[in-house]
Amino acid sequence: MTPKQQELESLVGRKYRHGFVTDIASDTVPPGLSEDVIRVISAKKTEPAFMLDWRLRAYRRWLRMSVPAWAHVHYPPIDFQAISYYSAPRQQGDGPKSLADVDPKLLETYDKLGIPLHERARLAGVAVDAVFDSVSVATTFKERLAEAGVIFCPFSEAIRDHAELLERYLGTVVPLADNFYATLNSAVFTDGSFVYVPKGVRCPMELSTYFRINASKTGQFERTLIIADEGASVSYLEGCTAPMRDENQLHAAVVELVALDDAEIKYSTVQNWYPGDENGVGGIYNFVTKRGDCRGRNSKISWTQVETGSAITWKYPSCILRGDGSVGEFYSVALANHRQQADTGTKMIHMGRNTRSTIVSKGISAGHGQNAYRGLVKVLPGADGARNHTQCDSLLMSDTCGAHTFPYIEVRNPTAVVEHEATTSKISDDQLFYCLQRGIAAEDAVNMIVNGFCRQVFRELPMEFAVEAQNLLAVSLEGTVG
Amino acid sequence: MTVPEPTILSVRDLRVRAGERTILDGVSLEVRAGEVHAIMGPNGSGKSTLTGVLAGRPGYEVLSGTATYLGRDLLALPPEQRARAGLFLAFQYPVEIPGVNNVYLLKASLNAMRKHRGEPELDAFEFLNLIRARLRQMHMDESLLHRGVNEGFSGGEKKRNEILQMSLLEPTLALLDETDSGLDIDALKVVADGVNALRSPARAIVLVTHYQRLLDYVVPDYVHVLARGRIVKSGGRELAKELERRGYDWLHDGTAAA
Repeated sequence: MTPKQQELESLVGRKYRHGFVTDIASDTVPPGLSEDVIRVISAKKTEPAFMLDWRLRAYRRWLRMSVPAWAHVHYPPIDFQAISYYSAPRQQGDGPKSLADVDPKLLETYDKLGIPLHERARLAGVAVDAVFDSVSVATTFKERLAEAGVIFCPFSEAIRDHAELLERYLGTVVPLADNFYATLNSAVFTDGSFVYVPKGVRCPMELSTYFRINASKTGQFERTLIIADEGASVSYLEGCTAPMRDENQLHAAVVELVALDDAEIKYSTVQNWYPGDENGVGGIYNFVTKRGDCRGRNSKISWTQVETGSAITWKYPSCILRGDGSVGEFYSVALANHRQQADTGTKMIHMGRNTRSTIVSKGISAGHGQNAYRGLVKVLPGADGARNHTQCDSLLMSDTCGAHTFPYIEVRNPTAVVEHEATTSKISDDQLFYCLQRGIAAEDAVNMIVNGFCRQVFRELPMEFAVEAQNLLAVSLEGTVG
Repeated sequence: MTVPEPTILSVRDLRVRAGERTILDGVSLEVRAGEVHAIMGPNGSGKSTLTGVLAGRPGYEVLSGTATYLGRDLLALPPEQRARAGLFLAFQYPVEIPGVNNVYLLKASLNAMRKHRGEPELDAFEFLNLIRARLRQMHMDESLLHRGVNEGFSGGEKKRNEILQMSLLEPTLALLDETDSGLDIDALKVVADGVNALRSPARAIVLVTHYQRLLDYVVPDYVHVLARGRIVKSGGRELAKELERRGYDWLHDGTAAA
């Protein structure tokens, strides 16, 4: 290791900025999972019978499933009976009618996270559905959205008020028995967001949800369902962060997207869950199932993710390109620093004719981080004229980190064109010295070079998120290089 | 007699090793304000090592000797401090930084210098005005600003980009490491114009070059021949002409084996 490397590595250990715990009385179900617990959750949320039935079916399936072991991640077995499956801030009476009614401590928490709810909403024109642990506490801009006919509400509210839509679409993209963690989520999910954009409507603003795991020893199992009806379009932003804790916390979310004819959904994530400390103690297990169904002709689903947090990330936002002429995109920046492990990528399933998909994956490994890209491009026999382009780049920033690429390509149609490009690079001493010789500080130089590496992905993010993503990356990488 | 110009760079008996090999074996050089020095010499004589060590490139070990810049111990400063103090190196092989806009690097660089000098940083608008004026001087296309740093640049574009940076940063001491190599005659003139525009009584320029061709356009005050890690001969610009005619071998024969 050169002295330059040592100097830079010593700068790495920046403390997690969002490490605070909000002291709020929580309404928490004791740890453990059983049919009774599920009945309690369902009852607390006054759900209709079909929902409870769905949860119980999922639970019974889950009991017969086993933990997936194929990912390139290592962690001790999770004791699912030690997790509390429901935690809600305790409120007097019904619930906040406006921001003024929200517990000031909660609002303070959002401020620390850099999401001043009113300001962000007003300045950026973003409607925020903030999920604090499991229950949505404030929803803004509802009226303006309602005028356009857009439904944007907490999932639990959708279960009560939009049961017919929910029954029609829930579990149609990620089936109840899809995989271990998705099935667990189906049994115990507590809240999340629901979006419905009606025919021909272009959603008048970007929709945004911030998730935060606060209570100790609680899992967060949120569930999001977004439906863009024929000719509709919507852009959805998701930001995540969690406080510092010594023990690991499980986050097993499910996101389902449905795009009908000519509809477009853009889903952007900036994920900054607590990654654990330098030695790998604590941190979030982020085991998430995200999938979009381009159900209609010429529909489009675009995933953009910037993943800087979590001790372990296991996540493959995917597109089922069912409709003829539909388009799937996946743009990803994944960072693994210290002892973080990331196994992330996408699946593009080409079913319809002339379907197209683009994958751009940028993996950054630093410290002892392990970063794996895992992607499946599948072209089914009926998918005439399918095209895929995959670009998969890895940046290594230390001698002790790892980058791994697992591309799976299955083509069963001779007219398909599938391209895969991959590169692995390091920030070279030459690049760094070049910047230093121009008077730029080492840390700024590293940020500049890393941001350059990620540019293709960042430019897919909405403006205010792109800035946030750059800052987040700078914080997460402070002082790293190899 | 006039008072001598202040010394900008003073190198004394510098010995430098890279890996197992001693590359500089006792180099001494005195550069005063207003002067242009050309350092010539055969391949492998240590020319690039000299500019690299002075700019703080990693990978070298200084065995003995000193280098003083404006009265300060140059070798004790980290490379970015040297740069901010006005020492500029035009790279022989400018480095590519994919995805980083050239204009972004230029602005970050200029503002780092300005901040160091206690001057206000330029905003995007002020900076663009400044850099556009410099581009015109250099007969360079504005599209160069919005491409990745040296990414996909031709050899000539890379070298011109170095000179553009130099003209923007207005260094006190400019070290040019074989900036002329691989340039056609038009590009060579642009580079020479850039260097000549920088000449001033307050600055000094050290040109490292393999050929005397550049010296037809940038007339040096002194020419030094570096061979086997030492300056074996110094003279005026006529020395460059002589080297062009006779090559370097006669100098080797004239020096005792190190």
